[in-house]
Amino acid sequence: MTGTLLSLSGLTKAYPGVVANDDISFDIREGEVHALLGENGAGKSTLVKMIYGLVKPDSGTMTLRGAPYAPAEPRAARASGVAMVFQHFSLFDALSVAENIALGMEDPPKPRDLARQIREVSETYGLPLDPYRTVGTLSAGERQRVEIIRCLLQNPKLLIMDEPTSVLTPQEVEILFTTLRKLAAEGTAILYISHKLEEIRTLCDHATILRLGQKVATCTPAETTARELAEMMVGASLKAPEAHGRTPGDVVLEIRDLSLPAPGDFGTALRRISMALRAGEILGIGGVAGNGQDELLAALSGERRSAPDAILFKGQPLGHLGPGARRRLGLLAAPEERLGHAAAPDMSLTENAALTAMGRKGLVRNGLVGWGRAEDFAREVIAAFDVRTPGADTAARALSGGNLQKFVIGREVMQAPEVLVVNQPTWGVDAAAAAAIRQALIDLAAKGCAVIAISQDLDELMEIADRFAALNEGRLTASKPMAGLTLDQIGMMMGGAHDMEAAHVET
Amino acid sequence: MIALEKRPQPSQAWTWATPVLAVLLTMLVGGLMFAALGTPPVEAIRTIFWDPLFNPQFASYSRPQLLVKAGPLILIAIGLSLGFRAGIWNIGAEGQYIMGAVCGAAVGLAFYPAESVLIFPLMVVAGALGGWAWAMIPGLLKVKFGTNEILVSLMLVYVAESVLASVSSGLLKNPDGMGFPGSRNLKQYPSGANPELIAGTGMHWGVVAAFIVVILAYVLLTRHVLGFHIKLSGAAPRAARFAGVNPARMILFCLGTAGALAGMAGLFEVSGPAGQITIDFNSGYGFTAIIVAFLGRLHPVGILLAGLLMALTYIGGELAQLMLGLPGAAIQLFQGMLLFFLLATDVLTNYRVRLSNKAKGTV
Repeated sequence: MTGTLLSLSGLTKAYPGVVANDDISFDIREGEVHALLGENGAGKSTLVKMIYGLVKPDSGTMTLRGAPYAPAEPRAARASGVAMVFQHFSLFDALSVAENIALGMEDPPKPRDLARQIREVSETYGLPLDPYRTVGTLSAGERQRVEIIRCLLQNPKLLIMDEPTSVLTPQEVEILFTTLRKLAAEGTAILYISHKLEEIRTLCDHATILRLGQKVATCTPAETTARELAEMMVGASLKAPEAHGRTPGDVVLEIRDLSLPAPGDFGTALRRISMALRAGEILGIGGVAGNGQDELLAALSGERRSAPDAILFKGQPLGHLGPGARRRLGLLAAPEERLGHAAAPDMSLTENAALTAMGRKGLVRNGLVGWGRAEDFAREVIAAFDVRTPGADTAARALSGGNLQKFVIGREVMQAPEVLVVNQPTWGVDAAAAAAIRQALIDLAAKGCAVIAISQDLDELMEIADRFAALNEGRLTASKPMAGLTLDQIGMMMGGAHDMEAAHVET
Repeated sequence: MIALEKRPQPSQAWTWATPVLAVLLTMLVGGLMFAALGTPPVEAIRTIFWDPLFNPQFASYSRPQLLVKAGPLILIAIGLSLGFRAGIWNIGAEGQYIMGAVCGAAVGLAFYPAESVLIFPLMVVAGALGGWAWAMIPGLLKVKFGTNEILVSLMLVYVAESVLASVSSGLLKNPDGMGFPGSRNLKQYPSGANPELIAGTGMHWGVVAAFIVVILAYVLLTRHVLGFHIKLSGAAPRAARFAGVNPARMILFCLGTAGALAGMAGLFEVSGPAGQITIDFNSGYGFTAIIVAFLGRLHPVGILLAGLLMALTYIGGELAQLMLGLPGAAIQLFQGMLLFFLLATDVLTNYRVRLSNKAKGTV
């Protein structure tokens, strides 16, 4: 663990209208776990894409073990010993683990030899994996193992990991960390990209913090508090949301034995979901991505219908009603995907305001839309939620993720819902916007609205939710008060390690 | 190096400037093509765009033709534009046009020779229903079985052509026609005729209907909830479902409306300018209307203007064939260029062209 492995000097990359990376320099030493920390849009992705040869820097140089390093393409980067595990996996569901790995190799060995190598590597690093399993049957955590093993087979000197824990339960995260520590101990440097502060504090030796394309600091995370890290990342002191003393009222929404088949080949079936939600409380629903979050939201918003009495709103069956009828009753929703689902990208904010507020805001008379009233409502949302936009006639796609998300959440909140269902309310949103959105949800609950917050961000749920339940393979666990839950218990509710046992790691 | 850079939002100015630019480019490249064919380009362009309206020798005949040809184009294009906006691709308006004419004419001929003011309105309804029913076939197949409406509606054009050929020499054949194929001439049947309303203008009921439909479509698209949902379905289908739009109903509405309007256009044509059902009654209005719809930016007022322009190229094209001996294929090519350049210049509404001579990044 001595010399410098990769040295970045003055890396700059500009895109039209934005400087993604501005004169970034830092060193990664051999055998260290180096964190790259920053908000969404801080320039982390662009930086690692340059290291991995996907993007060419406008200026600046890199050296790898003292030799100039300028990969023209990922293949060149891999040949130099740089490997990367992406946040989104590129695996073929219908093929086996070994076939998938062979596909990514320049010169794959014979299938039997490859299977043996996969077994060896997976056992060495505590990542048990059957080379002959079909990828389609693997959990998200196991798929990630395939990607990691694919990288390890190349004996990388530097392993880049992009937000690896977003698809893992806390138990699975522990297993991953054990593996990464072992790799580091053997001399492999790891560049670990994340915005999860606690993870970085437990795992990483050094951290480089990016903000708005610039390097703001390099520090030792173990000696820095999470709050200091956050403030360096955001550039301002953060206001934690104020919780209100909430007293839950009557049950307003009840789900009884809701089952729905999977929509299409890649969806998740909902299996016998039951729960009750009281006025004025926030129910946090956690779970690893792809365990039925989108499907649950669609079943509640009315995009997918179910048996009438599978969903009761104040005792009234509404499983058979469409989105419009449910909104009129007071059940509102904000889906995860902002562009194309919650909002139409090419339409103006006024039109997007009318998209869901048509009925509750009385924007329609005799079938004719009052566009003046719609614009007024859009302006109200823009003002109340501090949406940064030139005006209400701006197209939704012209807004930044955080601003559009504030608009989308604000649009529902300002319609005074009785039940609001949100999925990933702060996904891909900068910290200031995320705090504002969380505060809005808390304030809404304080006014007596029942809120269901579906999120993969456990920190977020711990911050805002009164009760917690988890989705696991389309099933919803019984809910428990958030206050008394430990991270370990939450992890078990999310499915534990999904039967992934950590093999014994020899050290 | 020329680079295209995506605009943060579509340019309003270019939305209206691209059709004009497309017309100018068509004139330019079309002129080159005419020159290559040995025809003086300026004269050819003038014959197509100017002479039909203002040449004292031809205008008295050609000018009324403008409305006669534009009427059905506008009527069909308005119907198509609703579907195109919602992302429903009805390519079979020609078939719906034929079936409207056949059904409407059949109702009129069934009453022959009775006289009543109710017969013509009844024929209009029958025409609309005929087109609607023909469009419901791809509609229902798409809703029930997820078939592709582009293929089904297009294939049904050829079925409709066969039906037309069959009835014009069978069911609807003129019993007094001495064995010639073709129906009775509705122009000679006062209750079933769609006459020129104001002499010398070419204005008939179909043109009146086209103008009314332009206004209704304008109100629908700018003010009505349904119009908003149509646009939303095309712009973001998932957001439309989230807003509460029922996709199946949207498909049936758009195809049905387009079919009914095309059917009405067919009826107005067969009872007016054409006069009778014949084997070669249809003349491609249903396909040309697709160009008209896009040339008019799928906007009712734009379609009105585009319909008139397209009608002009038809009439002027015929004139050019007659006067300058240009081949018919050259005229069709010229019309096709219009759509080609429109689609090509369309990129400017969403993208900005950047000329950059920046050196490649130093690595």
